[in-house]
Amino acid sequence: MAKKRIVLNFPHSLVDKPITYHLVKDYDLIINILRARVTPREEGLLVLEVTGDKRDLDRGIKFLKDLGIKIESLAQDIKWNEKKCTHCGVCLAICPTEAFIMDRKSRRISFDKERCIVCENCLRACPYKAIEILF
Amino acid sequence: MAKTIKEINEKIRKGKAVVVTAEEIIDLVEKKGVKAVAKEVDVVTTGTFGPMCSSGVYLNLGHAKPKIKLGGGKAYLNDVPVYTGFAAVDVYLGATALPDDDPRNKVYPGEFKYGGGHVIEDLVAGKDVRLKATAYGTDCYPRKEIETLINIKDLNEVVLYNPRNAYQNYNVAVNLSDRVIYTYMGVLQPNLGNANYCSAGQLSPLLNDPYYETIGIGTRIFLGGAIGYVAWSGTQHNPTVKRTKNGVPKAPAGTVAVIGDLKKMSPDWLVGTTFTGYGVTSTVGIGIPIPILNEKILKYTAVKDSQIYAQIVDYSEAYPKGLPGSLGEVNYEQLTSGKIRVKGKEVPAAGLSSYAKAREIAQILKGWIEKGKFLLTEPVEYLPSVDSGQTFKPLKERPVK
Repeated sequence: MAKKRIVLNFPHSLVDKPITYHLVKDYDLIINILRARVTPREEGLLVLEVTGDKRDLDRGIKFLKDLGIKIESLAQDIKWNEKKCTHCGVCLAICPTEAFIMDRKSRRISFDKERCIVCENCLRACPYKAIEILF
Repeated sequence: MAKTIKEINEKIRKGKAVVVTAEEIIDLVEKKGVKAVAKEVDVVTTGTFGPMCSSGVYLNLGHAKPKIKLGGGKAYLNDVPVYTGFAAVDVYLGATALPDDDPRNKVYPGEFKYGGGHVIEDLVAGKDVRLKATAYGTDCYPRKEIETLINIKDLNEVVLYNPRNAYQNYNVAVNLSDRVIYTYMGVLQPNLGNANYCSAGQLSPLLNDPYYETIGIGTRIFLGGAIGYVAWSGTQHNPTVKRTKNGVPKAPAGTVAVIGDLKKMSPDWLVGTTFTGYGVTSTVGIGIPIPILNEKILKYTAVKDSQIYAQIVDYSEAYPKGLPGSLGEVNYEQLTSGKIRVKGKEVPAAGLSSYAKAREIAQILKGWIEKGKFLLTEPVEYLPSVDSGQTFKPLKERPVK
């Protein structure tokens, strides 16, 4: 079994297409929708965790690409700027997946990209703008 | 055995002073006992690094040719308005000032990307800053407008003067309502979604000298990466709050007004800060040395997070309405564990004050003293303490006839 966290950016023309249905039905993939945003006259955004057989996963992703959907890996989307971070830790209590961790001894923050679901809570909470979103 | 500041300074000059941080002193006292450590240790250094809104800078810009009188006119630094109600070219830049055209909370929650605190950071970083001003013109100051780049190194005086910093303890902020609220204590999630606190706890300067027995007017301190001084007690200084048996206030209590030369400071310790939906401010680094004059003062500096209590306050209703009452109290050991209990619910807790940076400040100050670069001072005057009866009064509104 393989697992991938991906960000789908799709044009307005595909917003009403049942994309996740096809991933489940035709490619036998397990879909966990982490975030979704569809705004009129704008691109749609879907953040998925997709699990399945490696071959099915690759075929499913090819299906999405062929439809004209831009796919990025989720890990690239939230950027923690360590230089700007003051290690206050205010992001800790607002992060739903504990992607920010404070080392008990050094009292310094680190960011675990793998745990991040790009909910953007931290963007508003960080007083030093040390967290950026890159779409 | 009591020591005097003069004796301690003699040891500092000779490079023989024993200096430890307010964190290191805890273990030391637990291991060796108060009597032995009071003899051994000369100075305990403290530190804090958090958002402090009552901060600002006064600048003397120098006279242009022909001259302009900004007093009574309008002046801006990087579009952020400064106070001009002084003589011709003295202005005061406040940490929370915003550009006139900032949308503020018109689109809620406002972003507050740039303001006074950010201009201070740019100035101290040595970046050029745009001065724009208009004046009414007089016989001796005929000019009516000016627009120019300025740089901190070319100005006559640039002085950080903060009317209220280094709060001795603070509230723990929570939100009991059913919507997200945006406060100066950060973003608070509905229904007790999170709890934010703001103190360096056992490292915080005034928590290590709870009755202000060594820190007073004229005390030499670490301020923004350079040497500064305590100028006065801070605004809202409130020594008469409830205290624990060891003297530590259980609510926001003492404060200090501080002053120092901004030209010597560093952008590492004066950081422009944004609170979404609230505004801008400045995060200030302060460290205060405490001379170990006797065993009693040593005992105060050995205070630890588990002995310092703060009040949990609802910022959706109690705080904005000015209603008294607390949802309970927790200590800093519980807060720094990342989880507290409020009304039977487990709530994630996080700090706005950086403990890592506070620790760094206490270490830097320790280094300065050990190297003989920083001498301790006897206060010129003490800050009002419990016996002063001084309280923090609300505003009494009266009808205007």
